[in-house]
Amino acid sequence: MKIHIPTPLRIYSNRQDTVSVHASTVAEALDALTEKHPDLKKHLYSDEGKLRSFVNVYLNDEDIRYLPEKHATRVSEKDALSIIPSIAGGC
Amino acid sequence: MLKLCEQVYDAIRHYGEETYPYECCGVLLGRSADGVNEVEEAVPAGNTRIDSAHNRYQIAPQDLVKIQRQGRERGLDIVGFYHSHPDHPAQWSKTDFAEAHWIGCSYVITSVNEGVAQETNSFLLTGTVEEDKAFESEAVVVAALEAERC
Repeated sequence: MKIHIPTPLRIYSNRQDTVSVHASTVAEALDALTEKHPDLKKHLYSDEGKLRSFVNVYLNDEDIRYLPEKHATRVSEKDALSIIPSIAGGC
Repeated sequence: MLKLCEQVYDAIRHYGEETYPYECCGVLLGRSADGVNEVEEAVPAGNTRIDSAHNRYQIAPQDLVKIQRQGRERGLDIVGFYHSHPDHPAQWSKTDFAEAHWIGCSYVITSVNEGVAQETNSFLLTGTVEEDKAFESEAVVVAALEAERC
């Protein structure tokens, strides 16, 4: 499956905007990504090993946090994961 | 440096006037090279902070996923974001900084006073990780001659 990397993190994925991995669940896909590109880990996860609060992961158009099986959701080769840091602010 | 054509620059400022007294927000698609974020298109987004839209904005992540996809299909990347500060200076706030996570991207802010766009400034989010990030003021170059590319 494909994992789309946002612009700020491409410096840690050899400048690739998309990384292909073999995985059967969301968790496996993210593990495979950080195995291929270990420098991504500290940008995606907190010291406690949880996804940083501002990092959103979408399976196709669904936020994995709201999927019934979350990280254990099964994936196929046709699926795509998108890593999207949040964007907000105000005066 | 942020480079954009007059048409995109005007659209960003106009959107801030249109949504006044609420904050507007959107995504800048383009290309990044040699310290220049060159914008090809400004994509307006909805402000999901309807609870406090006069002084807060948030772009729904699912909108970002779609915009990133649209850009990818055209060979464009997300190179920045824009939002307005209704009746407030075009300077980044503590909230803007706390909620900024796209290192290397430009954050464009337009002040809109009594419904009229005033100053437009851009701040580059620099650093290597969340813990050492910083906003740096950057030049905004409005290239009128490249309008046909927009």
